[in-house]
Order: sequence, then structure tokens, then C-alpha cells
Amino acid sequence: MIAFLIKRLVQAIIVMFIISLVSFSIQDNLGDPLRELVGQSVSEEERQVLREKMGLNDPFLVQYGRFAVKALHGDLGTSYFFKEPALQVILHKLPATIELVFGATLIIVLLSVPLGVYSAIKPNSLFSRAVMGFSIVGISVPVFLTAIGLIYFFSIYLGWMPSFGRGETEPVLGPWETGFLTVDGLQHLILPCISLASIMLPLFIRLIRAEMMEVLQSEYVKFAWAKGLAPRRIYFLHALKNTMLPVITVGGVQIGTMVAYTILTETVFQWPGMGFLFLEAVNRVDTPLIVAYLIVVGAIFVVTNTLVDLIYGLVNPTVKLTGKK
Amino acid sequence: MTEQVDILEARPSAWQRLRDSHLWHSFVTDRVAQLSLLVFVAFALMALLAPLLAPFNPYDPAQIDILNSELPPSWEEGGDPAFWLGTDAQGRDLWSTILYGTRISLTIGLCAVALQAALGIVIGLLAGYFGGRIDSLLMRFADVQLSFSTMMVAIVVLAVFQATFGTELYQRLAMLMLILVIGIAEWPQYARTIRASVLAEKRKEYVDAARVIGLRPARIMFRHILPNTLSPILVISTVQVANAIISEASLSFLGLGMPVSQPSLGSLISSGFEYIFSGAWWITVIPGGVLIALVLVMNLLGDWLRDVLNPKLYKG
Repeated sequence: MIAFLIKRLVQAIIVMFIISLVSFSIQDNLGDPLRELVGQSVSEEERQVLREKMGLNDPFLVQYGRFAVKALHGDLGTSYFFKEPALQVILHKLPATIELVFGATLIIVLLSVPLGVYSAIKPNSLFSRAVMGFSIVGISVPVFLTAIGLIYFFSIYLGWMPSFGRGETEPVLGPWETGFLTVDGLQHLILPCISLASIMLPLFIRLIRAEMMEVLQSEYVKFAWAKGLAPRRIYFLHALKNTMLPVITVGGVQIGTMVAYTILTETVFQWPGMGFLFLEAVNRVDTPLIVAYLIVVGAIFVVTNTLVDLIYGLVNPTVKLTGKK
Repeated sequence: MTEQVDILEARPSAWQRLRDSHLWHSFVTDRVAQLSLLVFVAFALMALLAPLLAPFNPYDPAQIDILNSELPPSWEEGGDPAFWLGTDAQGRDLWSTILYGTRISLTIGLCAVALQAALGIVIGLLAGYFGGRIDSLLMRFADVQLSFSTMMVAIVVLAVFQATFGTELYQRLAMLMLILVIGIAEWPQYARTIRASVLAEKRKEYVDAARVIGLRPARIMFRHILPNTLSPILVISTVQVANAIISEASLSFLGLGMPVSQPSLGSLISSGFEYIFSGAWWITVIPGGVLIALVLVMNLLGDWLRDVLNPKLYKG
């Protein structure tokens, strides 16, 4: 177990190292920190002196070393636009994005398991066919079109739901303000969460259905039938357990994917989260903010993937934890 | 002697073999597959013949009159029969713009997938055939790349390029950049599938035979093993083109893809979204419908191919 843990951690550290290297080379090539600092009016000689003093003429690796040490202390530079530490700006927007992902995950889990299991148990029923039909249409609709469609129908045509922003939020802890505790906040959450869920829900329904159908063909399930166990026990205790194993792995990867799709959802709904902030930063060429976003999102990806691997290792008895296949 | 001739004559023609195949039989009996193929061929023809079919050239400023902007479709009140699907915010005929947009979306989708397939096939063959260290290095690389979603990688790369190049230069390179980014980001899909097939094929006797007669590895990989992995390639390719078109549309929607002066379906929807609140729904809804239909038929075809050919695809 410990060897497995260490191996995964080493891999995570290597990936983080590569991300930081990429981020740093972006910072190195994108925009000129000196111009942001002193403007155009300073003479070329003074510039050179300042460059030397700031260490901008040092070799790449020395500069990277300085960047890495600062980054490890949580200092990712100051946003050109907000004039605040970039990391702080990002972390301030993080709760909005996390709530969006959480809401969408909730919808996915609550709907995909029952629908997937049902369409596996009764593959020929009318309802299962409808579910499968819906899922193939769902895969084919890009997330921003779902979002636009929902806005058009529920906000413009019916006027039931707000079309942008987070609405009223309640402070919880530090910079974390939640929209889950007010009616207005919940109303603002519904459409963005549905849009974000719409891209993954069909994938999960299809995955759960396929895995479940495979499991139902296996020997141990046939034996359980022969033993005369109640159908409910067979489906939900014996079969579902083994169905969920691959779902966990795919699920972990998809959480990362959802972070990417929040950029699209947040743009359509003008949701004040990290993704929206990132696109604004790109338009303003706010390099420190772009770099900070890359590192935070990279960390989210690495942490979720490592956790999923570990959970999978714990849940699945056939994974050899020493790491040798 | 006569017997040999008989055997030669008895070998059915390619057409005959197709008629007898499982693929043909299931196509003839599957209404959904037939309809999907029909719609897809219609889209492909639309894209190919866009300059002939379109009544206007949306790239020619001389044919665009800003006074015609935001005209509704001809069946709505206030529509102009000259523009049967209406016009967009710049006064371009929507039907012509959609024809050209479909052409751009399909071109990007097909080229990006061709690039993915080329990279993925070479890497997958190398990893599967040689095994050992090359294999574990390449596959670890694929794992790491797959764990970052394509969308994320594409958004970041394109955003950084846009910020470095400046918007003007970027817009001229947009099509090439989209093909490169979508093409490079998804190669692990192919590489993993090919590798799995190669591992299965490698143990078969025909590969041993080829090796024993002294053929070079490159020849064995490309001429002997590759043709036997075609059915999974065919199945993923259909779905991958659909995905690539969605990715392109999403990136264009974010303003990181095709410019408004030369819109793909995604950038057309994006430009229309600004006007949806003022009631000009057609600029968003009609190209949106075209995009969904195009992707849907490709996904349906992909599903059908997977059910028929039933290759062992890499899960997860």
C-alpha cells in the first residue's frame, strides 16, 4: 500500500513540475513585466539597469528556480488588472466554480445511477429506449447550446429563471460565499448546473448501462439467481457494486473535464467564477492571473486523479497495490 | 489447370463481397443508419458545393449591406424573400453563411481527426509492437495527457497563443491552430485503441511468419498488422470527428476559434448570442440546429458501426 501511495505521489509531483515549467515559460514569453511596472517613459539604459536588478537577464533555470520557490510559498505574482496577489484573486472566485461543479455532480449522480441501472435491467422497455435516445441526443448537443437553449426557454420565453450571475449569496467561511442557502441563490444555480450536467449525464448513463449489462452476464450473478436471491438484492447489492468500479475511474477524470466546461457555462451565464475570470484575464493579457489559473486548475486535476487512483486501489481488490501489473 | 481457373473465377468481386457482408446486411435493415448516412451525405454535399449553392458570398464585403442586418427568416413577419433564413447582425445572408460555416466546421473536424489518427496510429503501433520501455513511456505519457481534458488543454493553448500573437494575426491563423490543437490533444484515444489491437494481433502466426521471412518491423507494422486494426479505427474516427466539430464550435464560441469575418458554425452562434435577448433568435437557433443535426448523425453512425463491427475498444 505504501509503495503504491509513494509511486502515485511521485507521479503527481512530476506532473505538477511540468505544469509549473509550462506556466513559467508562458510568463517568460508573454508580455513584459517591466513595461507593466514603469510604463513607456523610462530610457533604454535605465531599463537595462532595472532588468538586471530584477533578474530578468538571468538564465532561464535561475529565473525558474526563483519562480518555483515563490510559488511554493503561495506567491504567484500580482495581477496587472486587479493589483492584488493573483492567487488570492483566483481563490476568491474558486467557491463559485466549485458550487457549480458540485451542483452538476449532484444532478449527474442522482440521475445517472437509477437511469443507467434501469435501462440495463430492462433494455427493451419503452422507457429505456427513450433514455438511450435522449442520451445520444445529449452527447450531440454542445454545452453552450444547452445553456443558450435553457436561457432562451426559461429566462426569456417563460421568464421563470434568472439568466446571469449568482444572485444573493450567504457568507460561510472567509472568502467562501454560498448560493445554496438562499432561494435566490438556488434559482441562479439551477440553469447553470443543468447545463454543466448535460454534457456528462449521457456519458455516465451509457457507461453505467454498459457495465451493468456486462456484470449481469457474469457467472456470480447467475449463481445468485440460482440461489434464489431476491432480484432487488442481486441488482443493487451484488451487481451494482461491480458496476461502479469502472465508473469511479471515469468519474474522477470527468470531474477534471467539468472544470474545463465550467469556462463555457460560466461564459454563457456570466457566472462570476474562475473560468469567466480566466477568459477575462486572457483578453486583458493579465499574465500572472493566467499563470495562477493554470497552476490552480493543474493542481485540481492532479489531486483528483491521484485521489481517484487511490480510491480505486482501495475499493478494487484485484489491483495489486505494489504497483506491478 | 481448369480447376485453378474455377477457383479464380469463383472469387467474388469487391462489390459482391460487400453485398454479402454483415455490414451491408445490417445497413439495409437499419432505418436509423440509412437516414443518418443520408443526412450526413447531404451535409457533406452542402459543404462541398457551398460556393455553388449559396446565393451570396459571405466573405465578399461588396455583397453585404448593413441595412439588411437582423432580417428575420422569410416566413416570419418582416422577412425578405431574398434571404430565406434571414440575415445576421452584419447583414449577411444566413443561409449562405451557414453553408460556408458547415464547410469550415467539417474541414476542421476532418483535418483534426486525420492528424489525431496519424499520430495515434504511429505511436500506438510503436508502443504495441516494441513493448517494454518504449511502451510504458508512451502510455504513461498518454495517461497524463488524457487526464487533462482536451477542452482544457485546447482553451489554454489557444488563449496563450492569442495573447502572444495579438488578435489580428491570430485570426488569420485560427483555422490552422484549431486543427493542430484539436489534432494533437486527442491522439491518446487512437494510440490506446491501436495498441490494444496490436497486442492481440502480435501473437498471431501471420506476424511470426512475416518476421521469419525477414521483413523489416516497419513493413510488418504498417502492411501486416495495421490492416487488421481497421475496424476499431473506423469506429472511433466517426465519433472523433463529431467530437472535434463540437470542440471547434465550443472554442469558437469562446472567441478562441474562427473569427466572425469567416465564421464556423460555432462563431456564428456566438455572434448571434449577443442578439438573442433582443429577439433575433434565428442567428443563434438555426446554425445551432444545423450543428446539432450534423453531430447527431455522426454519433448515430458511430453507434451503429460499433454495434456491427463490435471491436474491442479501450474502456475509460
